[in-house]
Amino acid sequence: MNDVVLYAVLSLGAIGVASAIVLYFIATKFKVIEDPRIDEVEEALPSANCGGCGFAGCRAFAEATVKQGNEKHSLEGLNCPVGGNEVMAQVASILGLEVEEKDPLIAVVRCNGGIKNSPGKVSFEGATSCAFAHSLFTGEGGCPFGCLGLGDCVAACDFDAIHINPDRMIPEVNDKCVACGACVEACPRDIIELRPKGRKEKRIFVSCINKEKGSVARKNCTVACIGCSACFKVCEFDAITMKDNLAYIDPFKCKLCRKCVEVCPTNAIHEINFPPRKKKDGDTKKTGKTLAVKHPEKKKVVVVEKVDLSGSVKKEVKPVEKKVETKKPQSATEKDSGKEKEG
Amino acid sequence: MLKTFKLGGVHPAENKLSKNSPIERLPVPKRVSVPVGQHLGAPAKPLVAKGDMVKVGQLIAKGEGFISANVHSPVSGKVFKLDNVIDASGYRRQAIIIDVDGDEWIEGIDKSTDISKDIVLDQKAIINRINEMGVVGLGGATFPSHVKLMVPDGKKAEVLIINGVECEPYLTSDHRLMMERGEEILIGTKILMKGLGVNKAMIGIENNKPDAIEHMTALAKEYEGIEVYALKVKYPQGAEKQLIKALINREVPSGKLPIEVGAVVNNAGTAYAVYEAVQKNKPLIERVVTLTGKSVKKPSNFQVRIGTPVADLVEAAGGLPEDTGKVIGGGPMMGKALLSLDVPVVKGTSGILIMPDEESHRGEVANCIRCGKCITVCPMGLEPWLLEKVVMHEDFDRAEKERIMDCIECGSCHYTCPANRQLLDYLRLGKSTVGKIMRTRRK
Repeated sequence: MNDVVLYAVLSLGAIGVASAIVLYFIATKFKVIEDPRIDEVEEALPSANCGGCGFAGCRAFAEATVKQGNEKHSLEGLNCPVGGNEVMAQVASILGLEVEEKDPLIAVVRCNGGIKNSPGKVSFEGATSCAFAHSLFTGEGGCPFGCLGLGDCVAACDFDAIHINPDRMIPEVNDKCVACGACVEACPRDIIELRPKGRKEKRIFVSCINKEKGSVARKNCTVACIGCSACFKVCEFDAITMKDNLAYIDPFKCKLCRKCVEVCPTNAIHEINFPPRKKKDGDTKKTGKTLAVKHPEKKKVVVVEKVDLSGSVKKEVKPVEKKVETKKPQSATEKDSGKEKEG
Repeated sequence: MLKTFKLGGVHPAENKLSKNSPIERLPVPKRVSVPVGQHLGAPAKPLVAKGDMVKVGQLIAKGEGFISANVHSPVSGKVFKLDNVIDASGYRRQAIIIDVDGDEWIEGIDKSTDISKDIVLDQKAIINRINEMGVVGLGGATFPSHVKLMVPDGKKAEVLIINGVECEPYLTSDHRLMMERGEEILIGTKILMKGLGVNKAMIGIENNKPDAIEHMTALAKEYEGIEVYALKVKYPQGAEKQLIKALINREVPSGKLPIEVGAVVNNAGTAYAVYEAVQKNKPLIERVVTLTGKSVKKPSNFQVRIGTPVADLVEAAGGLPEDTGKVIGGGPMMGKALLSLDVPVVKGTSGILIMPDEESHRGEVANCIRCGKCITVCPMGLEPWLLEKVVMHEDFDRAEKERIMDCIECGSCHYTCPANRQLLDYLRLGKSTVGKIMRTRRK
C-alpha cells in the first residue's frame, strides 16, 4: 500500500521536474522583452478604453507613449483626454519626460433646432438611428444640417455624458464629458465639436452649422445662423470667420467679450456659464439666456432695444460697427420691429 | 408551367387600380423645376443661367463623367433661377427652375405620332444618340442607358431582356405603355438589340397583365428575334437578377453585373424612350407616371413633362384625399415617402402612390422569434434577421461576410416579418456603411 503512494508521488514529481525544466528553457528561449514602463504607464491611465486618444484602448496607448518616448523623447501629439493634464503629467514623469499642459476639451452640440425651434413638418417612422435617417431625408424639421434627435451620440457615449433632452429632442452634454470624441464620430452630420472648456468653463460658440442661404435656413429653424456677418463685424479679435453663410468662432482667439452674442439677430450664438448680464437703465430685456425657451418674436424685440442701447452707450467708439448694428436687425426683422415701434 | 425565379419572393395584394385608365397627357405646368441630378452617377452641369430663354428639347445641363446623363428642357420659357429644391431624395438639390411661356420646340424633333420603323443609324450612332438624348433606365434606378449598351471588353452580350414585369403593386405605367405604345416599344427593342449587337430579345410580362401579354405577343410576331414570355406573378420579379433567373435561368454572380451571364436588362419604358430618342430625335423630356391610391378619386396614368410638380398630378386625379397619411414616390414596396407635394417628377418617377393614414403607419416593433420567414422570402438567399442583428451591433465585418452587399433592398423581408422588425432599414444602413468600408479599403 505504502509502495503505491510512494511510486505515485515519485513518478508525478519526476514528470513535474522534467516539465519544469522544459518550460524553463522554452520560457528563456521565447522570452518577450517588454519595457516594464508600459505596465506602469497603463497603470496610471484611467482604463476607460474609450479610444479617445486614437488608439485601441489604454494598453495600446501606453505602448505608443513608451515607444514615442524612446524614439523622439517627447510626448507630442499624444494625449489622454479622459485623464487630462494630471494623468499626462504622471505618464511623463514615468518616462522621465515633460509634457505641455493642454486645455481640457468638451463636446459641444452645434445645433439648437429640435422640436421647439425647428418644428416637424413631416414625421419619421423607422429605425432609431441618425445614420439611417440621415441617408433618407433632411429631418423632420427640414434642416439638412440639423440634429435628427435619434440619439446615435447617446448610444456612442461610454461616460453617460450626453443625453437627449425630451423637451427639445436635442442632445445635451453634461460635465461628465471627457472629450473622448466618440459622439463626434457617431454623428452623421458632424454637429458635435470638441472645443476647449474655456476659462472658468465659459464658452461662446455658434450653435448652428447650416450652410444654406439665410432665408432658406431661417424658414426651417428660428435659431439658424443666417450668415449676416453681424458677429464677424463686431468682433475685435478676429476670432470669427465667415464661410458658406456660416459664422465660426475660433475658441483660441475668442476673448469671451460676448459682443457677438448680443448682435446675433437669430440667437444662434450661445454663451455658457456666464454670470447673468447686469441690467442697464431702461433695459427691460431678460438677464441671462435661456435660449431654448425664447420665442423669436420676443427675441426680435430684444434686438431692437439692444441696438438703441448700444448706439447710445458707445456713440463715437467705432462708427463702422454702429452702422452695421443698426442696419442688420432692420433687414432681418423689418416687419416685427416696425410693429413694435408703432406699439 | 409559367416561368419565375426560384428563391424566395412574396405576393402582396396587387391593387392595380389604374390598369384600365388610358394614358392621359397633362397640360404643361406654369413652372417646372428640373433637377440636374436625375440619374445614377454624377449630377449634370447646368449650361443655362438665370434669365436665359430655353426651348423644349434644348440641352440645359450636360452630363459629365462616364456614368452621367444629359438633361434637356421639358418646356419653353425663361429660366427663373437656379436653386436648390427639395426632390424625391429628401434633400434640397440643385435644379433649374423655368417659367413656362408657350410651347416652342427646338428644330429637328419629330412631334408626330407616326410610327417610323426603319432603323437607319448604325450601332455606334445609336449609342451616341441615346447618350445625347439623356435616356436613363426608367424602371426607377435611372442608370444611364448608353452605358448599358457599351459592353466591356472580354464580355459578350447574348440576349436583351425587356422588363415589362412591373411587379410593384399599384403601378401600371409600363402596363399602359405596352397596351398603347406596343409597336413603339418593339421598335425600341429592335434599336437596343442593334446597339447591343444581339439578335435575340425576350420580353417578360407577369401573368396579371393577360391583355398586355396577348397584345405584345400579337405585335411581336412581325419582329424577328423578339419573343414575349408570360411570368408567374411574384415580387420582386422586376429586379434585374430575378428576371434573368426567371427568363434564361442563369444566376448573376455576387457583386457582378448581368453582362457577366450575357444578359442586358432594360425596362419597357426605357425601350419607348429609346424609340423616341433614336427615331424621333426627341430627348427624354416626358414620361408616364401612375397616380394611384385607394382613396384617390380617379387613379390615372399621366404622360407629364419632367419637372412637373407632383401637386399638379394630384390635382388632375381629383385632389388630395382628406385622409392622406403618406405620399410615396414609386411603388409601395420600394418607393420613398415624399416630403412635400412640390417635389418635381423626374426621370425615375414611375408612380405616385397616395396612402390613407390608416395604412401608412408601421406596426409596433416586437422581438424576433426566429421564425425564419424573412429567410424564406429573401430572393437573394440572405438571412435578413441576422444581418439586422449584426448591423445593430455594428459588426460590419460579419455583415460583409454574410453578403449584405447582395441585398437588392426589395423589402420582402420587411413586408413578411410578423414582428414588424425594421429589417430593411438596418439592411440599408449596413449596406451603405459596408460599401464605404469597401471603398476605403480599395483606395
